[in-house]
Amino acid sequence: MAPGFHPRGKMQFDHILQYVLSGLSSGAIYALIGIGFSIIYNATGIINFAQGEFVMLGGMLALFFLQLLKLPLWAAIPCAVLVSAAAGLLFERLAIKPLRQPTPINLVIITIGGSILMRGLAMLLWGKDTHALQPFSGETPIGVGGATILPQHLWILAITLIIIALNKYYFYHTVSGKAMRACSYNRRAASLVGIDVRRMVLISFVISSGMGAMAGIIVAPLTMTSFDVGIMLGLKGFCAAIIGGMSSGMATVLGGLILGVLESLGAGLISSGYKDAIAFIILLLILFVRPQGLFGKSDTERV
Amino acid sequence: MKRELMKFLLFAIPMLLLPLALQGGYMLNVMVFVGINTMLAVALNLLLGYAGQISLGHAGFFGLGAYISGALTTISGLNPWLAMPLAALVVGLLAFGIGFPILKLKGHYLAMATLGLGIIIYIAFNETVTLTGGPSGLSGIPNLSLGGFVFDSDLKNYYLIWFFTLLVVLFSLNLAGSRIGRALRAVHDSEVAARVVGVNARLLKVQIFTLSAVICSLAGSLYAHTMTFLAPASFGFHFSVELLTMVVIGGLGSVYGSFLGAALLTLLPEFLRAAHDYDIVIYGILLIVMVMFMPGGLVRGVPEIYRKLASRRGNAADA
Repeated sequence: MAPGFHPRGKMQFDHILQYVLSGLSSGAIYALIGIGFSIIYNATGIINFAQGEFVMLGGMLALFFLQLLKLPLWAAIPCAVLVSAAAGLLFERLAIKPLRQPTPINLVIITIGGSILMRGLAMLLWGKDTHALQPFSGETPIGVGGATILPQHLWILAITLIIIALNKYYFYHTVSGKAMRACSYNRRAASLVGIDVRRMVLISFVISSGMGAMAGIIVAPLTMTSFDVGIMLGLKGFCAAIIGGMSSGMATVLGGLILGVLESLGAGLISSGYKDAIAFIILLLILFVRPQGLFGKSDTERV
Repeated sequence: MKRELMKFLLFAIPMLLLPLALQGGYMLNVMVFVGINTMLAVALNLLLGYAGQISLGHAGFFGLGAYISGALTTISGLNPWLAMPLAALVVGLLAFGIGFPILKLKGHYLAMATLGLGIIIYIAFNETVTLTGGPSGLSGIPNLSLGGFVFDSDLKNYYLIWFFTLLVVLFSLNLAGSRIGRALRAVHDSEVAARVVGVNARLLKVQIFTLSAVICSLAGSLYAHTMTFLAPASFGFHFSVELLTMVVIGGLGSVYGSFLGAALLTLLPEFLRAAHDYDIVIYGILLIVMVMFMPGGLVRGVPEIYRKLASRRGNAADA
C-alpha cells in the first residue's frame, strides 16, 4: 500500500462524516415539514401546497418578535409558532372550508393561491432581504470524530425528537388524536361514530402549520431566512413525506433523514449547484416507481 | 361551424388591425407578450381545461424551447427557422417520454411531480453555463428573417408573433371541436367511463401533454428570437403559477378565455406600474377568489352575473 494512503482515506472519511452529520440536521427539518404534509393529507386527502409558507412564517415571525418587539428567544419562539398556527387556522376557515367544489384541481389551485398570497404579504411586510436568526446557544463548533457540528445542529435534532414524541403521544394517547387517526382510515365511518370531521380537518391544519413554523424557526440560524424560503423547504418536506409513503410517523422521519443525507453527500461529492435538483429527482423516481413510499406495502394506491 | 368561424374572425381581425390603433411602440411590445402568453395559456388549457390534467412545470417547456433555439443559433450558428422545429422535436420527445410515468399520477401527485420536473429544468438552466450562460443569461440570439426581411422591430414582431398565436388558437379550437376534443372531455369527466367507451385514455393524455409541451416550446423559440436575450428567471416556478392563473381566470376549457386571462395578466402590471411588487399578492387573491366564486372563469362567470342581474331587473319591472 502506498504511503500516505491512510491519511488521505481518513480525510475523505472525515469529509463524508461531516456531510452525513449536516445532512442529518437538514433531514430532521425536512422530516418535520413532511409530517405536516402527511397530517393534513391523512385527515383530508389534501396536499397543502402552502405548507412551506408556514415554515417561512415561523422563521420570519421569530425574527420579528426578537428584533422588533425585543422579546427574549424563549418567548419569541412560542409566539411565532402560535401566530403561524393561527394563520393555518385562518387559511383553513377562509380558503379550504368555504370551497364549493373541492375537486383535487381546485384544491391544488387554491392552496397555491394561498401560498403565493402569504409569500407576497411576507415580502410586503418584511421586505426582500435575507435575515439570520441568532443561534439558540452560541456558535462554538463541537468536534465529533474528525468532523464538527454547531450547537444549533444539536438543537435541531433534539427539538425534532421532542416534537415527534409529542406527535406520537397525541395520535395514540389522546381522544382527539385517535379521532384524527380514525379520519385518516375512513372519514365517512369516522363521522358515523360521532367524530366531527370538519373539526379534525381544522385541527390538522393548526398542528401542521405550527410544526412547519417550528421547523422554520430552528433552521433559520443555520440557513438564513427570507420571504421566499418556503417553496424549496416545502417541496423537500413533501419529498420526505413521499419517501415515507405519507405516513405521519417514523417512515417520514426516515424519509427526511435519507433525503437530507443524500442531498448533503451529493452537494459535497458531486456538485453543489445541483444540490436542490437531487431532492426533485428522488421525488420523481419515487412517484414513478414506488408511489406508496420506500417502506410502504403496495396495497395503497396513491392516485 | 360557421358560427365558430365568425367568432374566430371577430377575434382575429381586430388583433390584426390593432397596430393601427396603437401609435406607440411600447404598447406594441406589450402586445407581443400578450401573444406569447396566449399561446402558452392555450397550451396549458388544452391539458388542464380539456383533459383535466394539471401541470405546474409548463414554464420549463417554454424555457427549453427558448434555450434550445437560443443555444443552437448562437453556439452552432444554425438558422433560426431550423432551430425552432428542432427545439420542438426535442421538447416533444422529452414530454412524450416523461408523459407516460408522470400522467399515471393524478390530482395533487401530478401537480407535485410536474412542479418537481419544472424545477429540475430550471436548475439545469442555471447550471449548464456553457450552453445557457447560467444566471447571467444568454445574449446575441439572432432575429428571425425571411430572405432579406428581418423581424427586428416591434411592429414586425407583432405580426410574426400574432401569426403564430392565431394559428395556435385556430388549431386548438379545431382540436377542441373534434373527436379528440370530445374524447378529452370524456377523460376529464371520468377516465373510467371514457375507457369503457373505447378511448385510450392513457395514450390520449400523453399525446395532449406532448402537444401542449410542443406549443410551449414553439412559444419559447419565438420568445428567444424576438427578445434576443434569455435569463433563467423568466422560466421558474413563478411563471408556471402565472400561466395557471391566466388559465383559471379566463376559464378552464375555453380557448378565448385563455386569451382573456393572458391579456389581463400581461396588461395588469403595465397599468399598475406602482403596484409592481404587489403582483404576487394580486395573483394569490385572484386564484383564490376565482376558484371560490367563479370556478368557470371570466368567460362563463361574467355572462352568468349579467343574466342574473338582467333577470333581477326583469323581476323588478314585473313587480
